[in-house]
Amino acid sequence: MTLSGLHLQSLNLSHFRSHKRAEIDVDSRPIAIFGPNGAGKTNLLEAVSLFSPGRGMRRASAETMTRRPEALGWKVSGILTAPDGVHEIAFQSENGNPRTVRVNDKPASQVALGRIARVLWLVPSMDRLWIEGAEGRRRFLDRMTLSFFPEHAEATLNYEKAMRDRNRLLKDQVRDPVWYRALEAQMARTGAVIHANRVAALKALAEAQENAETSFPSADLTLTQADGDMPETEEALAQALADGRPRDVMAGRTLIGPHRADLYGVFQAKGVPASDCSTGEQKALLISLILANARAIAKDFGAAPILLLDEVAAHLDAGRRAALYDEITALGAQAWMTGTGAELFEELGQRAQYIEVTEQDGQSCTKQIALSS
Amino acid sequence: MSGRNDIDALIDLMARLPGLGPRSARRAVLHLIRKRALLLTPLSDLMQTVAATARECLNCGNVGTGDICEICSNDARANGLLCVVEDVADLWAMERSGTFKGRYHVLGGTLSALDSIGPDELRIPKLIDRVTSEEITEVILALNATVDGQTTAHYIADQLEGRVALSSLAQGVPIGGELDYLDDGTISAALTARKRL
Ligand SMILES: Nc1ncnc2c1ncn2[C@@H]1O[C@H](COP(=O)(O)OP(=O)(O)OP(=O)(O)O)[C@@H](O)[C@H]1O
Ligand SMILES: [Mg+2]
Ligand SMILES: [Zn+2]
Repeated sequence: MTLSGLHLQSLNLSHFRSHKRAEIDVDSRPIAIFGPNGAGKTNLLEAVSLFSPGRGMRRASAETMTRRPEALGWKVSGILTAPDGVHEIAFQSENGNPRTVRVNDKPASQVALGRIARVLWLVPSMDRLWIEGAEGRRRFLDRMTLSFFPEHAEATLNYEKAMRDRNRLLKDQVRDPVWYRALEAQMARTGAVIHANRVAALKALAEAQENAETSFPSADLTLTQADGDMPETEEALAQALADGRPRDVMAGRTLIGPHRADLYGVFQAKGVPASDCSTGEQKALLISLILANARAIAKDFGAAPILLLDEVAAHLDAGRRAALYDEITALGAQAWMTGTGAELFEELGQRAQYIEVTEQDGQSCTKQIALSS
Repeated sequence: MSGRNDIDALIDLMARLPGLGPRSARRAVLHLIRKRALLLTPLSDLMQTVAATARECLNCGNVGTGDICEICSNDARANGLLCVVEDVADLWAMERSGTFKGRYHVLGGTLSALDSIGPDELRIPKLIDRVTSEEITEVILALNATVDGQTTAHYIADQLEGRVALSSLAQGVPIGGELDYLDDGTISAALTARKRL
């Protein structure tokens, strides 16, 4: 691992959700954030999640992030230390417009952002990941994949754009085969990239789990398909799309392709599907995957990713909690963690830094707490 | 100053022009008024003329002052090369670079099922006619690297395959980068190093 690692040195929020103004200076150690319900802890994590491409961990629009009642717009900025140097990164949205990204004072694309930073998160809504619909699992898989392959985002956007157009042709019962072929060519090109990236990401995760000393249970992950097999190559996918046209016209949408993928997880030691595991076991599997992902990225990218663990501590017994803190510290990851009380972070001691968040008159207050040793 | 007068209305209209905002529009209008004889009057005369004469070329879609534009009526440009672009701005950008000596075909957009823009809305049938009627030997697809641009390129290539040589602008045109925003050198290089499809 390099000395510089990947971490925020500072985080500044202006009119972002419940935070009118927050200026936080941190070092590379994990950050424990505590305070009562509704204080604004998760909002801080959401701000950090913007440093990776996409809409952040709540998948919210820029407009919903603007502080109410003012609703004027917001700004989030930070100084990020990355393996390739120090960057000043700023996000801004005005008057409900989509957010803009600036890296070192120049406008930057989401893909460029993805090459600089890696951010992974675990949030309470993912607790039901294994038992709910395939969409959530696909999103989880794509987040992990994106952390290995920044260009995965672009392939996904382009694939979905071409598919929306094709679905429109299907719904409108357009019969021009040349138009279908043209769209299917775009879908096949980007779809094959998406599939290959996912397969490679799962392989990297499996290796990272295999070689690790961890107290969290390994998960066996397999990529599955809603019906039939996923055509692996560009040519095979183009052919399958062409062959599927009559069926797709009936359905009014595209029934084959990477958008129909699913992730099947098994609790390795027990051989039990993740969906049949206990609530605690399911959570442990997710933590295990996030940690494996972080280890794989540390190897690949030269620094452990920034981790956002929202309310993770609360669900673990003291032993597991201590194990999690040990693994995060060993990784050297700047993990931003939330919990309602400071006692949840006791085992971390001086290995972490502490921020207390409180709410006053509808405004969040952040205070950095120095531990007395 | 009280109320809204014609000058304010003119400033508002100017501010709607690409590249101008309220501040630069105010400065421009003030400048025009000060140079009434030198700029304002000739400008307003010319605008009236252009408003009456500007039209799309019936052949290629370029904007000119006649039914057929200068490029289409210039025999020297009938060299067998036809460059397909999305927009008139792209055509003008190519012309500015001065490297291309053939003719153009302006599609007026890209295929987009979501926006109900199909082949017929895009002068694609006309393009296919022109390949035969103007004895075109090579069609150069100078479309943007967006999904819509590439879908459109694929569509045209599919329709023309086997009838004419097809090529596309070489890499170096940034993804989603519109021709109009590229400098002349980049456009020339992309044209010279165009690749066969
Ligand atoms: N756009 C916004 N403008 C103002 N306040 C907002 C906005 N969006 C969310 N909030 C408020 O921010 C407050 C804090 O939310 P947050 O999710 O950060 O709390 P938390 O500290 O994580 O609480 P918990 O412990 O319950 O998870 C909520 O009361 C919410 O109503
Ligand atoms: Mg919360
Ligand atoms: Zn013309």
